[in-house]
Amino acid sequence: MYSQGLIGADGRTTESEEFLARFQARIDAEEKIEPTDAMPEGYRRTLVRQIGQHAHSEIVGMLPEGNWITRAPSLRRKAALLAKVQDEGGHGLYLYCAAETLGVSREEMTEELLSGKAKYSSIFNYPTLSWADIGIIGWLVDGAAIMNQIPLCRCSFGPYARAMIRVCKEESFHQRQGYELCMSLAFGTPEQKAMVQDALNRWWWPSIMMFGPHDADSQHSDQSMAWKIKRFSNDELRQKFIDATVPQAEYLGLTLPDPDLKWNEEKGGYDHGPIDWSEFWRVVKGQGPMARDRIKARKKAWDDGAWVREAALAHAEKRRARKMAAE
Amino acid sequence: MVQTTPLWEVFIRPRNGLSHKHVGSIHAADEVLALQAARDVYTRRGEGNSIWVVRSADIHASDPDQAAENFEPTADKIYRHPTFYEIPEEVGHM
Repeated sequence: MYSQGLIGADGRTTESEEFLARFQARIDAEEKIEPTDAMPEGYRRTLVRQIGQHAHSEIVGMLPEGNWITRAPSLRRKAALLAKVQDEGGHGLYLYCAAETLGVSREEMTEELLSGKAKYSSIFNYPTLSWADIGIIGWLVDGAAIMNQIPLCRCSFGPYARAMIRVCKEESFHQRQGYELCMSLAFGTPEQKAMVQDALNRWWWPSIMMFGPHDADSQHSDQSMAWKIKRFSNDELRQKFIDATVPQAEYLGLTLPDPDLKWNEEKGGYDHGPIDWSEFWRVVKGQGPMARDRIKARKKAWDDGAWVREAALAHAEKRRARKMAAE
Repeated sequence: MVQTTPLWEVFIRPRNGLSHKHVGSIHAADEVLALQAARDVYTRRGEGNSIWVVRSADIHASDPDQAAENFEPTADKIYRHPTFYEIPEEVGHM
C-alpha cells in the first residue's frame, strides 16, 4: 500500500557519456537491469531511495489499520483486517530485500526510518478515527497504491519489478474488502452512512495527494521516466485514480468533498479543485498529526525486539558449535 | 557493533512434480527460523507445498560481464535444435 511520487529523488550521476548511452540503450530496449549489472550511480541511488521509501510505507502502513484490529465489529471483518495488515508486513519485507540487492543493509534502512532521515508515504501520518476509516483506507489508499504499483511491475530494475508483481497480486483483496466495508456502511443506517461520509471527507484530499506534487513541480521525474523506473507522471496517475473513483463514490451515494470536481467532456476526465500542497509538505516533513506516534511505535518495536534478534543469533551460534563438535 | 541477521534465498515448490523456484529472500538467524519466516512471508495463499532456504552467502553467480563468452556460443549451434533437420512430410510427425 504505497503511492507517493518519490520525495527527494536525486538522479544526478557522473559517469561517462558513453557509459550512460550504453545503459540507456538497454533501458530503451526494455531489458531488465539486475543487481550485479553495471548501472549509473544516480540510478542506484534513486532506486535505493524509492524502494526504501516504499518498504517503510508498507511497514508504517500497518499501524493505522492495526489500531482497529481488536475493535473490528465481526469475526469476518477481523480476519480480513488481520490478513491485510499481515500482507502489508510481507510487502515491506519483499521490498526491503529488493533494496538490499543494491548494496544497502536492512539495518541501515531501519536506522534511517527511525532517525527520520528516510521518508514514508505521508498518508500514514493521519489518524484512523472511526471504523469507517478502515473501509475508506482499503478503497482509496489501497486504490491509489494499486494505480501507482501496477506500472511499477514494469519497472526497469528486475528485483523491484518482481516484488511489485507479488504485491499487486495480493493488493486487489485489500481494495475490494475496503469497498465492501464501505458498501455495508453506506447502505446501512443513517448513522453508519454519516460515519463513512465523514471518513471519506477526511481521507479524500490526503489520498489524491499520495500521487505527489504536480508534474510541473516534480523536479526529478524526467530522469526517473527516462530510466523507466517510473512509467507515468504523478498527474497522469492522479487523473486515472480520480476518474476511476468518482463513479464508485456515486454508487455508494457518497459525496466527494471537492465542489470543483466535474466532468470535462473535452479531456474525457474529471477536473478537480486546487490541492493544498502546504499541508502535503508539512505532513511529508513529519508534522502530520500522527507522525511522532508512528515513529515512536516503530522505534519501540525495534528496541523491544532487540533481545529476540540477539537471542536467535546466540541460539543459532550455539547450535552451530554443538553440531561442529558432534562431527 | 550490532550483529546482522543473515540473509537467505527462498525457493518454493508450487505443486507436487514441479521444481522449486526462487521467490525472494528473508533474514533469519538460522535455517529453522528461516523456514518459518519464509512460510509466513511467501506462502500466505497456497503458493506451494515445499520450501527450500539457502544462505545467500553460499550462492555463487556467473559474472554478468562474461555473459557473452558464456552464453553466446550456443546461438551458433543451431544444429542442436530439431528444426535444423528437414524431414519430409510423408514420413509423419517426428
